[in-house]
Amino acid sequence: MNNAKGMVFKYGDNVDTDVIIPARYLNSSDPAELATHCMEDIDKDFIKNVKKGDIIVAEKNFGCGSSREHAPIAIKAAGVSCVIAETFARIFYRNAINIGLPIIECPEAAKGIEAGDEVEVNFDTGVITDVTKGTSFQGQAFPEFMQRIIAAEGLVNYINSGR
Amino acid sequence: MGMTMTQKILAAAAGLEQVEAGQLIEADLDLVLGNDITSPVAIHEMDKMKVDGVFDKNKIALVPDHFVPNKDIKSAEHCKCVREFARKNEITNYFEVGEMGIEHALLPEKGLTVAGDVIIGADSHTCTYGALGAFSTGVGSTDMAAGMATGKAWFKVPAAIRFNLIGKPAKWVSGKDVILHIIGMIGVDGALYKSMEFVGDGIAGLSMDDRFTIANMAIEAGGKNGIFPVDELAIAYMKEHSTRAYQIYEADADAVYDAEYTIDLSTLRPTVAFPHLPENTHTIDEIREMDDIRIDQVVIGSCTNGRLDDLRKAAEVLSGRHVAKGMRCIVIPATQKIYMQAMDEGLLKTFIEAGAIVSTPTCGPCLGGYMGILAEGERCVSTTNRNFVGRMGHINSEIYLASPAVAAASAVTGKISCPCEL
Repeated sequence: MNNAKGMVFKYGDNVDTDVIIPARYLNSSDPAELATHCMEDIDKDFIKNVKKGDIIVAEKNFGCGSSREHAPIAIKAAGVSCVIAETFARIFYRNAINIGLPIIECPEAAKGIEAGDEVEVNFDTGVITDVTKGTSFQGQAFPEFMQRIIAAEGLVNYINSGR
Repeated sequence: MGMTMTQKILAAAAGLEQVEAGQLIEADLDLVLGNDITSPVAIHEMDKMKVDGVFDKNKIALVPDHFVPNKDIKSAEHCKCVREFARKNEITNYFEVGEMGIEHALLPEKGLTVAGDVIIGADSHTCTYGALGAFSTGVGSTDMAAGMATGKAWFKVPAAIRFNLIGKPAKWVSGKDVILHIIGMIGVDGALYKSMEFVGDGIAGLSMDDRFTIANMAIEAGGKNGIFPVDELAIAYMKEHSTRAYQIYEADADAVYDAEYTIDLSTLRPTVAFPHLPENTHTIDEIREMDDIRIDQVVIGSCTNGRLDDLRKAAEVLSGRHVAKGMRCIVIPATQKIYMQAMDEGLLKTFIEAGAIVSTPTCGPCLGGYMGILAEGERCVSTTNRNFVGRMGHINSEIYLASPAVAAASAVTGKISCPCEL
Protein backbone atom coordinates (compact mmCIF):
# COMPACT_ATOMS: atom_id res chain seq x y z
CA MET A 1 0.00 0.00 0.00
CA ASN A 2 1.31 3.45 -0.86
CA ASN A 3 2.26 6.01 1.70
CA ALA A 4 0.74 9.46 1.83
CA LYS A 5 2.73 12.66 1.61
CA GLY A 6 1.44 16.19 1.37
CA MET A 7 0.77 19.57 2.89
CA VAL A 8 -1.57 19.84 5.87
CA PHE A 9 -4.93 21.58 6.11
CA LYS A 10 -5.76 21.85 9.81
CA TYR A 11 -9.19 22.01 11.49
CA GLY A 12 -10.57 21.78 15.04
CA ASP A 13 -13.17 19.67 16.84
CA ASN A 14 -16.48 18.38 15.43
CA VAL A 15 -15.94 19.05 11.73
CA ASP A 16 -19.39 17.90 10.60
CA THR A 17 -20.56 16.41 7.33
CA ASP A 18 -22.64 19.53 6.59
CA VAL A 19 -19.50 21.66 6.33
CA ILE A 20 -17.56 18.91 4.53
CA ILE A 21 -20.23 18.75 1.81
CA PRO A 22 -23.31 20.95 2.34
CA ALA A 23 -26.67 19.29 1.67
CA ARG A 24 -27.50 21.87 -1.00
CA TYR A 25 -25.06 19.96 -3.23
CA LEU A 26 -26.41 16.49 -2.45
CA ASN A 27 -28.61 16.53 -5.51
CA SER A 28 -25.45 15.22 -7.18
CA SER A 29 -23.55 12.03 -6.49
CA ASP A 30 -20.74 12.70 -8.99
CA PRO A 31 -17.41 12.63 -7.08
CA ALA A 32 -15.78 15.31 -9.26
CA GLU A 33 -18.72 17.66 -8.82
CA LEU A 34 -18.92 17.00 -5.07
CA ALA A 35 -15.18 17.72 -4.79
CA THR A 36 -15.66 21.25 -6.11
CA HIS A 37 -17.68 22.05 -2.96
CA CYS A 38 -15.54 20.09 -0.48
CA MET A 39 -15.11 21.90 2.89
CA GLU A 40 -16.90 24.92 1.41
CA ASP A 41 -18.74 25.96 4.57
CA ILE A 42 -15.73 25.71 6.87
CA ASP A 43 -12.93 26.81 4.51
CA LYS A 44 -14.07 28.36 1.24
CA ASP A 45 -10.47 28.51 -0.08
CA PHE A 46 -9.79 24.81 0.55
CA ILE A 47 -10.67 23.64 -2.92
CA LYS A 48 -8.63 26.44 -4.53
CA ASN A 49 -5.55 25.53 -2.51
CA VAL A 50 -5.65 21.76 -2.12
CA LYS A 51 -3.20 19.74 -4.23
CA LYS A 52 -3.20 16.03 -4.95
CA GLY A 53 -1.73 14.17 -2.00
CA ASP A 54 -2.47 16.82 0.64
CA ILE A 55 -3.52 15.76 4.12
CA ILE A 56 -6.31 16.91 6.45
CA VAL A 57 -5.55 16.98 10.17
CA ALA A 58 -8.35 17.66 12.66
CA GLU A 59 -9.11 17.20 16.33
CA LYS A 60 -12.07 15.38 17.95
CA ASN A 61 -15.09 13.76 16.27
CA PHE A 62 -14.21 14.47 12.63
CA GLY A 63 -17.12 13.72 10.28
CA CYS A 64 -19.92 13.89 12.83
CA GLY A 65 -23.50 14.23 11.67
CA SER A 66 -25.06 12.74 8.59
CA SER A 67 -24.37 9.31 7.10
CA ARG A 68 -23.72 10.84 3.67
CA GLU A 69 -20.95 8.89 1.97
CA HIS A 70 -20.66 11.99 -0.21
CA ALA A 71 -18.44 13.45 2.56
CA PRO A 72 -15.47 11.06 2.29
CA ILE A 73 -16.12 10.81 -1.47
CA ALA A 74 -15.72 14.60 -1.82
CA ILE A 75 -12.55 14.60 0.28
CA LYS A 76 -11.02 11.75 -1.72
CA ALA A 77 -12.02 13.24 -5.06
CA ALA A 78 -10.47 16.57 -4.00
CA GLY A 79 -7.13 14.75 -3.95
CA VAL A 80 -6.66 14.33 -0.21
CA SER A 81 -4.47 11.29 0.52
CA CYS A 82 -5.20 10.85 4.23
CA VAL A 83 -7.22 12.31 7.11
CA ILE A 84 -5.65 12.28 10.56
CA ALA A 85 -7.79 13.12 13.60
CA GLU A 86 -7.91 12.65 17.34
CA THR A 87 -11.18 10.72 16.85
CA PHE A 88 -13.65 10.14 14.01
CA ALA A 89 -17.43 9.92 14.14
CA ARG A 90 -18.31 6.27 13.61
CA ILE A 91 -20.32 6.43 10.37
CA PHE A 92 -17.68 8.62 8.71
CA TYR A 93 -14.98 6.16 9.81
CA ARG A 94 -16.85 3.24 8.25
CA ASN A 95 -17.64 5.14 5.07
CA ALA A 96 -14.04 6.29 4.60
CA ILE A 97 -12.74 2.72 4.81
CA ASN A 98 -15.50 1.47 2.52
CA ILE A 99 -14.64 3.94 -0.24
CA GLY A 100 -10.89 3.60 0.20
CA LEU A 101 -10.00 6.93 1.86
CA PRO A 102 -7.20 6.30 4.38
CA ILE A 103 -7.89 7.71 7.85
CA ILE A 104 -5.87 7.43 11.03
CA GLU A 105 -6.68 8.20 14.65
CA CYS A 106 -3.74 9.79 16.46
CA PRO A 107 -4.40 12.36 19.23
CA GLU A 108 -0.72 13.37 19.49
CA ALA A 109 -0.41 14.07 15.75
CA ALA A 110 -3.71 15.96 15.80
CA LYS A 111 -2.28 18.24 18.47
CA GLY A 112 1.32 18.49 17.22
CA ILE A 113 0.86 19.08 13.50
CA GLU A 114 0.10 22.58 12.22
CA ALA A 115 -1.46 23.91 9.05
CA GLY A 116 1.00 24.07 6.17
CA ASP A 117 3.35 21.42 7.57
CA GLU A 118 4.65 18.77 5.18
CA VAL A 119 3.57 15.39 6.55
CA GLU A 120 4.24 11.81 5.55
CA VAL A 121 2.18 8.78 6.64
CA ASN A 122 3.32 5.17 6.48
CA PHE A 123 0.17 3.06 6.33
CA ASP A 124 1.98 -0.20 7.09
CA THR A 125 3.43 0.99 10.37
CA GLY A 126 1.02 3.81 11.28
CA VAL A 127 3.97 6.19 11.71
CA ILE A 128 3.13 9.82 10.95
CA THR A 129 6.14 12.08 10.26
CA ASP A 130 5.97 15.87 10.33
CA VAL A 131 8.80 16.58 7.89
CA THR A 132 8.63 20.34 8.51
CA LYS A 133 9.07 20.02 12.27
CA GLY A 134 11.15 16.85 12.26
CA THR A 135 8.75 15.11 14.65
CA SER A 136 6.98 11.78 14.37
CA PHE A 137 3.96 10.12 15.93
CA GLN A 138 2.70 6.56 16.23
CA GLY A 139 -0.81 6.33 14.80
CA GLN A 140 -2.98 3.25 14.74
CA ALA A 141 -1.83 1.00 11.87
CA PHE A 142 -4.63 -0.44 9.74
CA PRO A 143 -5.51 -4.08 10.29
CA GLU A 144 -4.59 -6.12 7.22
CA PHE A 145 -8.15 -6.49 5.92
CA MET A 146 -8.69 -2.73 6.07
CA GLN A 147 -5.41 -2.18 4.19
CA ARG A 148 -6.67 -4.52 1.50
CA ILE A 149 -9.99 -2.67 1.25
CA ILE A 150 -8.19 0.65 0.87
CA ALA A 151 -5.67 -0.79 -1.60
CA ALA A 152 -8.60 -2.11 -3.68
CA GLU A 153 -10.04 1.44 -3.69
CA GLY A 154 -13.03 0.41 -1.61
CA LEU A 155 -15.25 -2.39 -0.30
CA VAL A 156 -16.96 -3.14 -3.60
CA ASN A 157 -13.75 -3.88 -5.50
CA TYR A 158 -12.48 -5.78 -2.50
CA ILE A 159 -15.59 -8.00 -2.49
CA ASN A 160 -15.37 -8.47 -6.26
CA SER A 161 -11.70 -9.42 -6.10
CA GLY A 162 -12.72 -12.45 -4.02
CA ARG A 163 -11.18 -10.86 -0.91
CA MET B 1 -19.60 -11.68 31.70
CA GLY B 2 -23.11 -10.30 31.26
CA MET B 3 -24.27 -8.64 28.06
CA THR B 4 -26.08 -5.37 27.45
CA MET B 5 -29.40 -5.35 25.60
CA THR B 6 -27.64 -4.30 22.38
CA GLN B 7 -25.00 -6.99 22.76
CA LYS B 8 -27.66 -9.67 23.22
CA ILE B 9 -29.45 -8.67 20.02
CA LEU B 10 -26.17 -8.63 18.07
CA ALA B 11 -25.09 -11.99 19.49
CA ALA B 12 -28.36 -13.58 18.39
CA ALA B 13 -28.12 -12.05 14.91
CA ALA B 14 -24.56 -13.33 14.57
CA GLY B 15 -25.51 -16.82 15.78
CA LEU B 16 -23.25 -16.52 18.81
CA GLU B 17 -23.86 -17.41 22.48
CA GLN B 18 -21.78 -14.56 23.75
CA VAL B 19 -20.21 -11.37 22.43
CA GLU B 20 -18.18 -8.67 24.13
CA ALA B 21 -17.39 -5.04 23.44
CA GLY B 22 -14.82 -4.61 20.67
CA GLN B 23 -15.50 -7.98 19.03
CA LEU B 24 -15.99 -7.94 15.24
CA ILE B 25 -19.06 -9.89 14.15
CA GLU B 26 -21.12 -10.47 11.04
CA ALA B 27 -24.86 -10.20 11.69
CA ASP B 28 -27.95 -11.10 9.69
CA LEU B 29 -30.08 -8.07 8.83
CA ASP B 30 -33.85 -7.78 9.24
CA LEU B 31 -34.12 -4.54 7.27
CA VAL B 32 -31.92 -2.38 5.04
CA LEU B 33 -33.08 1.21 4.53
CA GLY B 34 -32.17 4.00 2.14
CA ASN B 35 -33.50 7.39 1.06
CA ASP B 36 -33.32 9.52 -2.09
CA ILE B 37 -29.88 10.95 -1.26
CA THR B 38 -28.10 7.80 -0.14
CA SER B 39 -29.81 5.09 -2.23
CA PRO B 40 -28.59 6.26 -5.68
CA VAL B 41 -24.98 5.99 -4.46
CA ALA B 42 -25.75 2.53 -3.01
CA ILE B 43 -27.49 1.40 -6.20
CA HIS B 44 -24.49 2.55 -8.24
CA GLU B 45 -22.15 0.60 -5.93
CA MET B 46 -24.38 -2.48 -6.10
CA ASP B 47 -24.29 -2.34 -9.89
CA LYS B 48 -20.53 -2.77 -9.63
CA MET B 49 -20.85 -5.84 -7.40
CA LYS B 50 -21.02 -9.21 -9.04
CA VAL B 51 -24.40 -10.13 -7.51
CA ASP B 52 -27.81 -11.08 -8.85
CA GLY B 53 -30.29 -8.67 -7.33
CA VAL B 54 -31.15 -8.11 -3.69
CA PHE B 55 -31.02 -10.66 -0.87
CA ASP B 56 -34.72 -10.31 0.02
CA LYS B 57 -37.16 -7.95 -1.66
CA ASN B 58 -39.27 -7.80 1.52
CA LYS B 59 -36.40 -6.71 3.77
CA ILE B 60 -35.40 -3.54 1.97
CA ALA B 61 -37.12 -0.20 2.48
CA LEU B 62 -36.61 2.65 0.01
CA VAL B 63 -38.08 5.96 1.10
CA PRO B 64 -37.53 9.05 -1.02
CA ASP B 65 -38.11 11.77 1.59
CA HIS B 66 -35.29 14.30 1.62
CA PHE B 67 -35.94 16.27 -1.57
CA VAL B 68 -39.47 15.10 -2.44
CA PRO B 69 -41.71 16.14 -4.04
CA ASN B 70 -38.68 16.61 -6.29
CA LYS B 71 -37.15 20.02 -5.65
CA ASP B 72 -35.16 20.24 -8.88
CA ILE B 73 -34.10 18.24 -11.93
CA LYS B 74 -31.12 16.57 -10.27
CA SER B 75 -33.27 15.46 -7.32
CA ALA B 76 -35.86 14.14 -9.74
CA GLU B 77 -33.14 12.07 -11.45
CA HIS B 78 -32.12 10.61 -8.08
CA CYS B 79 -35.71 9.68 -7.26
CA LYS B 80 -36.10 8.16 -10.70
CA CYS B 81 -33.02 6.03 -10.11
CA VAL B 82 -34.48 4.74 -6.81
CA ARG B 83 -37.94 4.17 -8.35
CA GLU B 84 -36.51 2.17 -11.26
CA PHE B 85 -34.33 0.08 -8.98
CA ALA B 86 -37.36 -0.65 -6.77
CA ARG B 87 -39.43 -1.67 -9.76
CA LYS B 88 -36.72 -3.85 -11.28
CA ASN B 89 -36.04 -5.64 -7.99
CA GLU B 90 -39.73 -5.76 -6.98
CA ILE B 91 -38.97 -4.03 -3.68
CA THR B 92 -42.11 -4.42 -1.55
CA ASN B 93 -41.44 -1.45 0.69
CA TYR B 94 -40.83 1.36 -1.75
CA PHE B 95 -42.90 4.39 -0.80
CA GLU B 96 -43.90 6.88 -3.47
CA VAL B 97 -45.12 10.40 -2.77
CA GLY B 98 -48.70 9.91 -1.63
CA GLU B 99 -47.93 6.90 0.54
CA MET B 100 -44.68 8.06 2.08
CA GLY B 101 -43.42 9.89 5.09
CA ILE B 102 -40.12 10.78 6.66
CA GLU B 103 -38.41 7.40 6.82
CA HIS B 104 -37.93 7.12 10.60
CA ALA B 105 -41.52 8.05 11.35
CA LEU B 106 -42.83 5.92 8.49
CA LEU B 107 -41.16 2.56 9.08
CA PRO B 108 -42.41 1.97 12.66
CA GLU B 109 -45.87 3.18 11.59
CA LYS B 110 -45.84 0.64 8.73
CA GLY B 111 -44.86 -2.10 11.17
CA LEU B 112 -41.51 -2.73 9.47
CA THR B 113 -39.44 -2.34 12.65
CA VAL B 114 -40.02 -4.43 15.77
CA ALA B 115 -38.19 -5.39 18.94
CA GLY B 116 -35.17 -7.63 18.44
CA ASP B 117 -34.57 -6.58 14.83
CA VAL B 118 -31.13 -5.72 13.46
CA ILE B 119 -31.53 -2.80 11.06
CA ILE B 120 -29.08 -0.73 9.05
CA GLY B 121 -30.06 2.40 7.20
CA ALA B 122 -28.13 4.78 5.01
CA ASP B 123 -29.30 7.67 7.13
CA SER B 124 -27.73 8.63 10.42
CA HIS B 125 -31.06 8.82 12.27
CA THR B 126 -31.75 5.13 11.67
CA CYS B 127 -31.06 4.75 15.41
CA THR B 128 -34.70 5.85 15.97
CA TYR B 129 -36.05 2.25 16.07
CA GLY B 130 -34.24 1.58 19.34
CA ALA B 131 -37.38 3.05 20.90
CA LEU B 132 -39.05 -0.29 20.09
CA GLY B 133 -36.17 -2.40 21.42
CA ALA B 134 -34.50 -3.00 18.06
CA PHE B 135 -30.80 -2.60 17.27
CA SER B 136 -30.67 -0.05 14.49
CA THR B 137 -27.83 2.11 13.28
CA GLY B 138 -26.87 4.47 10.50
CA VAL B 139 -24.37 3.46 7.84
CA GLY B 140 -23.20 4.81 4.50
CA SER B 141 -24.23 3.92 0.99
CA THR B 142 -21.59 1.24 0.40
CA ASP B 143 -22.66 -0.59 3.55
CA MET B 144 -26.25 -0.25 2.38
CA ALA B 145 -25.28 -1.76 -0.98
CA ALA B 146 -23.50 -4.67 0.66
CA GLY B 147 -26.51 -5.13 2.98
CA MET B 148 -28.97 -5.16 0.08
CA ALA B 149 -26.82 -7.68 -1.78
CA THR B 150 -25.95 -10.05 1.05
CA GLY B 151 -28.40 -9.44 3.93
CA LYS B 152 -25.44 -9.14 6.26
CA ALA B 153 -23.28 -6.43 7.79
CA TRP B 154 -20.16 -6.43 9.95
CA PHE B 155 -20.20 -4.63 13.27
CA LYS B 156 -17.81 -3.91 16.05
CA VAL B 157 -19.78 -4.84 19.17
CA PRO B 158 -20.27 -1.58 21.08
CA ALA B 159 -19.63 -0.83 24.73
CA ALA B 160 -22.53 0.95 26.43
CA ILE B 161 -23.53 3.86 28.60
CA ARG B 162 -26.58 3.36 30.82
CA PHE B 163 -29.04 6.17 31.45
CA ASN B 164 -31.32 5.48 34.40
CA LEU B 165 -34.39 7.67 33.92
CA ILE B 166 -36.48 8.27 37.04
CA GLY B 167 -39.35 10.61 37.93
CA LYS B 168 -42.06 12.12 35.76
CA PRO B 169 -41.50 15.08 33.46
CA ALA B 170 -43.41 18.28 34.20
CA LYS B 171 -45.88 19.90 31.79
CA TRP B 172 -44.09 21.21 28.65
CA VAL B 173 -41.10 18.90 29.20
CA SER B 174 -40.89 16.28 26.43
CA GLY B 175 -38.60 13.62 25.01
CA LYS B 176 -36.78 16.38 23.11
CA ASP B 177 -35.87 18.11 26.36
CA VAL B 178 -34.65 14.79 27.81
CA ILE B 179 -32.29 14.06 24.92
CA LEU B 180 -31.07 17.67 24.61
CA HIS B 181 -30.33 17.60 28.34
CA ILE B 182 -28.35 14.37 27.93
CA ILE B 183 -26.37 15.67 24.91
CA GLY B 184 -25.65 18.88 26.83
CA MET B 185 -24.35 16.74 29.68
CA ILE B 186 -22.12 14.27 27.76
CA GLY B 187 -21.33 16.26 24.59
CA VAL B 188 -21.65 15.54 20.87
CA ASP B 189 -19.03 12.78 21.11
CA GLY B 190 -19.95 11.67 24.64
CA ALA B 191 -21.25 8.31 23.42
CA LEU B 192 -18.87 7.91 20.46
CA TYR B 193 -18.97 4.31 19.11
CA LYS B 194 -21.19 3.27 22.06
CA SER B 195 -24.77 2.24 22.63
CA MET B 196 -26.95 4.44 24.81
CA GLU B 197 -29.16 2.15 26.88
CA PHE B 198 -32.12 3.83 28.56
CA VAL B 199 -33.62 2.13 31.61
CA GLY B 200 -35.61 3.02 34.72
CA ASP B 201 -39.08 3.74 36.07
CA GLY B 202 -39.18 7.11 34.35
CA ILE B 203 -39.60 5.45 30.94
CA ALA B 204 -43.20 4.52 31.80
CA GLY B 205 -44.04 8.23 31.78
CA LEU B 206 -42.65 8.76 28.27
CA SER B 207 -44.95 8.26 25.27
CA MET B 208 -43.76 6.19 22.30
CA ASP B 209 -43.33 9.43 20.38
CA ASP B 210 -41.11 10.79 23.18
CA ARG B 211 -39.03 7.60 23.02
CA PHE B 212 -38.66 7.82 19.23
CA THR B 213 -37.37 11.37 19.67
CA ILE B 214 -34.84 10.31 22.31
CA ALA B 215 -33.52 7.28 20.36
CA ASN B 216 -33.46 9.39 17.17
CA MET B 217 -30.91 11.79 18.59
CA ALA B 218 -28.51 9.17 20.01
CA ILE B 219 -26.35 9.90 16.95
CA GLU B 220 -26.07 13.54 18.05
CA ALA B 221 -24.10 12.29 21.06
CA GLY B 222 -21.97 10.18 18.70
CA GLY B 223 -23.80 6.99 19.73
CA LYS B 224 -23.95 3.87 17.61
CA ASN B 225 -27.51 3.25 18.77
CA GLY B 226 -29.99 4.20 21.45
CA ILE B 227 -32.25 1.54 22.90
CA PHE B 228 -35.20 1.21 25.27
CA PRO B 229 -36.51 -1.83 27.13
CA VAL B 230 -39.69 -3.31 25.66
CA ASP B 231 -42.59 -2.52 28.00
CA GLU B 232 -46.37 -2.77 27.68
CA LEU B 233 -46.58 0.49 25.78
CA ALA B 234 -44.02 -0.67 23.20
CA ILE B 235 -45.80 -4.02 22.83
CA ALA B 236 -49.14 -2.26 22.34
CA TYR B 237 -47.54 -0.04 19.66
CA MET B 238 -46.11 -3.04 17.80
CA LYS B 239 -49.40 -4.97 18.00
CA GLU B 240 -51.26 -1.97 16.61
CA HIS B 241 -48.86 -1.40 13.71
CA SER B 242 -47.23 -4.70 12.83
CA THR B 243 -48.04 -8.32 12.12
CA ARG B 244 -44.39 -9.32 12.48
CA ALA B 245 -43.18 -11.42 15.41
CA TYR B 246 -41.07 -9.46 17.86
CA GLN B 247 -38.37 -10.73 20.17
CA ILE B 248 -37.72 -9.16 23.55
CA TYR B 249 -34.15 -8.99 24.82
CA GLU B 250 -33.16 -7.75 28.25
CA ALA B 251 -29.75 -6.72 29.52
CA ASP B 252 -28.13 -9.15 31.95
CA ALA B 253 -28.06 -8.01 35.57
CA ASP B 254 -24.25 -8.18 35.47
CA ALA B 255 -23.87 -6.38 32.14
CA VAL B 256 -20.93 -3.99 32.08
CA TYR B 257 -21.34 -0.29 31.27
CA ASP B 258 -18.60 2.24 30.58
CA ALA B 259 -20.58 4.85 32.48
CA GLU B 260 -23.94 5.22 34.22
CA TYR B 261 -26.04 8.31 34.77
CA THR B 262 -29.25 8.80 36.71
CA ILE B 263 -31.55 11.53 35.43
CA ASP B 264 -34.57 12.68 37.41
CA LEU B 265 -37.01 13.72 34.70
CA SER B 266 -39.05 15.76 37.19
CA THR B 267 -36.13 18.19 37.52
CA LEU B 268 -35.74 18.80 33.77
CA ARG B 269 -36.78 22.08 32.17
CA PRO B 270 -37.61 22.95 28.57
CA THR B 271 -34.17 22.97 26.94
CA VAL B 272 -32.79 24.67 23.83
CA ALA B 273 -29.53 23.87 21.97
CA PHE B 274 -27.83 27.06 20.71
CA PRO B 275 -25.77 27.31 17.51
CA HIS B 276 -23.77 25.50 16.27
CA LEU B 277 -23.77 22.21 18.18
CA PRO B 278 -26.54 20.17 19.82
CA GLU B 279 -24.45 20.13 23.02
CA ASN B 280 -24.74 23.92 23.52
CA THR B 281 -27.81 23.58 25.70
CA HIS B 282 -29.52 26.14 27.94
CA THR B 283 -32.68 25.75 29.98
CA ILE B 284 -35.57 28.10 29.37
CA ASP B 285 -34.84 29.65 32.79
CA GLU B 286 -31.28 30.51 31.73
CA ILE B 287 -32.59 31.95 28.48
CA ARG B 288 -35.04 34.16 30.39
CA GLU B 289 -32.06 35.82 32.08
CA MET B 290 -30.49 36.64 28.70
CA ASP B 291 -31.32 39.41 26.23
CA ASP B 292 -34.25 38.43 23.99
CA ILE B 293 -33.25 36.08 21.18
CA ARG B 294 -35.34 37.34 18.26
CA ILE B 295 -36.12 34.81 15.54
CA ASP B 296 -37.30 34.85 11.92
CA GLN B 297 -38.59 31.33 11.38
CA VAL B 298 -39.92 28.29 13.21
CA VAL B 299 -39.87 24.74 11.85
CA ILE B 300 -42.00 22.07 13.52
CA GLY B 301 -41.45 18.64 11.99
CA SER B 302 -38.68 16.16 10.97
CA CYS B 303 -37.85 12.56 11.90
CA THR B 304 -37.15 13.91 15.38
CA ASN B 305 -40.39 15.79 16.10
CA GLY B 306 -42.96 15.47 13.33
CA ARG B 307 -45.18 12.87 15.03
CA LEU B 308 -48.73 13.23 16.26
CA ASP B 309 -47.79 13.96 19.90
CA ASP B 310 -45.53 16.72 18.64
CA LEU B 311 -48.23 18.29 16.48
CA ARG B 312 -50.76 18.08 19.31
CA LYS B 313 -48.42 19.95 21.64
CA ALA B 314 -47.68 22.60 19.04
CA ALA B 315 -51.40 23.02 18.34
CA GLU B 316 -52.18 23.29 22.04
CA VAL B 317 -49.80 26.25 22.20
CA LEU B 318 -50.95 27.86 18.94
CA SER B 319 -54.68 27.39 19.51
CA GLY B 320 -56.40 30.76 19.73
CA ARG B 321 -53.09 32.55 19.18
CA HIS B 322 -51.29 33.91 16.12
CA VAL B 323 -47.69 33.73 15.01
CA ALA B 324 -45.82 37.01 15.41
CA LYS B 325 -45.90 39.57 12.59
CA GLY B 326 -43.10 38.84 10.11
CA MET B 327 -42.57 35.31 11.42
CA ARG B 328 -42.59 32.24 9.15
CA CYS B 329 -43.89 29.14 10.92
CA ILE B 330 -43.61 25.90 8.92
CA VAL B 331 -45.35 22.75 10.18
CA ILE B 332 -44.47 19.43 8.54
CA PRO B 333 -46.39 16.30 9.59
CA ALA B 334 -43.89 13.44 9.27
CA THR B 335 -46.10 10.96 7.41
CA GLN B 336 -49.29 10.92 5.35
CA LYS B 337 -51.05 9.07 8.19
CA ILE B 338 -49.98 11.66 10.75
CA TYR B 339 -51.09 14.38 8.32
CA MET B 340 -54.52 12.72 8.11
CA GLN B 341 -54.80 12.27 11.88
CA ALA B 342 -53.82 15.90 12.40
CA MET B 343 -56.53 16.87 9.94
CA ASP B 344 -59.15 14.71 11.66
CA GLU B 345 -58.25 16.19 15.04
CA GLY B 346 -58.48 19.72 13.71
CA LEU B 347 -54.79 20.44 14.30
CA LEU B 348 -54.15 21.58 10.74
CA LYS B 349 -56.96 24.12 11.05
CA THR B 350 -55.39 25.40 14.26
CA PHE B 351 -52.03 25.81 12.52
CA ILE B 352 -53.44 27.60 9.51
CA GLU B 353 -55.65 29.87 11.61
CA ALA B 354 -52.57 30.74 13.66
CA GLY B 355 -50.77 31.87 10.52
CA ALA B 356 -48.52 28.83 10.10
CA ILE B 357 -48.18 26.86 6.88
CA VAL B 358 -48.55 23.08 6.65
CA SER B 359 -46.37 21.11 4.23
CA THR B 360 -46.51 17.63 2.81
CA PRO B 361 -44.06 15.23 4.56
CA THR B 362 -40.43 16.03 3.70
CA CYS B 363 -37.02 16.34 5.38
CA GLY B 364 -36.66 19.60 3.36
CA PRO B 365 -35.61 22.37 5.73
CA CYS B 366 -33.89 20.17 8.34
CA LEU B 367 -30.86 19.68 6.12
CA GLY B 368 -31.16 22.92 4.20
CA GLY B 369 -32.63 21.18 1.19
CA TYR B 370 -35.68 23.33 0.47
CA MET B 371 -38.99 24.43 2.06
CA GLY B 372 -37.58 26.92 4.54
CA ILE B 373 -33.99 27.91 3.75
CA LEU B 374 -32.50 30.68 5.90
CA ALA B 375 -30.94 33.89 4.55
CA GLU B 376 -27.78 35.45 5.93
CA GLY B 377 -28.18 36.51 9.55
CA GLU B 378 -31.54 34.82 10.05
CA ARG B 379 -32.44 32.73 13.08
CA CYS B 380 -34.72 29.72 13.32
CA VAL B 381 -36.12 27.78 16.26
CA SER B 382 -36.45 24.26 14.94
CA THR B 383 -37.63 20.92 16.29
CA THR B 384 -35.06 19.18 14.07
CA ASN B 385 -31.86 17.49 15.23
CA ARG B 386 -28.81 19.44 14.06
CA ASN B 387 -27.78 23.07 14.28
CA PHE B 388 -24.42 22.88 12.51
CA VAL B 389 -23.03 25.83 10.54
CA GLY B 390 -25.06 26.27 7.35
CA ARG B 391 -27.31 23.31 8.09
CA MET B 392 -30.53 25.16 7.18
CA GLY B 393 -29.14 27.68 4.74
CA HIS B 394 -26.61 30.52 4.77
CA ILE B 395 -23.44 29.85 6.78
CA ASN B 396 -24.22 32.97 8.79
CA SER B 397 -27.70 31.79 9.79
CA GLU B 398 -28.49 30.24 13.17
CA ILE B 399 -30.57 27.27 14.35
CA TYR B 400 -31.86 26.80 17.89
CA LEU B 401 -33.04 23.24 18.56
CA ALA B 402 -36.09 22.89 20.78
CA SER B 403 -39.27 20.92 21.50
CA PRO B 404 -42.47 21.49 19.52
CA ALA B 405 -44.00 23.34 22.50
CA VAL B 406 -41.08 25.77 22.79
CA ALA B 407 -40.95 26.19 19.01
CA ALA B 408 -44.67 27.02 18.86
CA ALA B 409 -44.43 29.46 21.77
CA SER B 410 -41.45 31.13 20.09
CA ALA B 411 -43.44 31.50 16.87
CA VAL B 412 -46.10 33.41 18.80
CA THR B 413 -43.75 35.80 20.59
CA GLY B 414 -41.05 36.15 17.92
CA LYS B 415 -38.33 35.28 20.43
CA ILE B 416 -37.27 32.07 22.17
CA SER B 417 -40.02 31.49 24.71
CA CYS B 418 -41.57 28.91 27.01
CA PRO B 419 -45.26 28.09 26.55
CA CYS B 420 -45.62 28.65 30.28
CA GLU B 421 -44.93 32.35 29.67
CA LEU B 422 -47.74 32.92 27.19
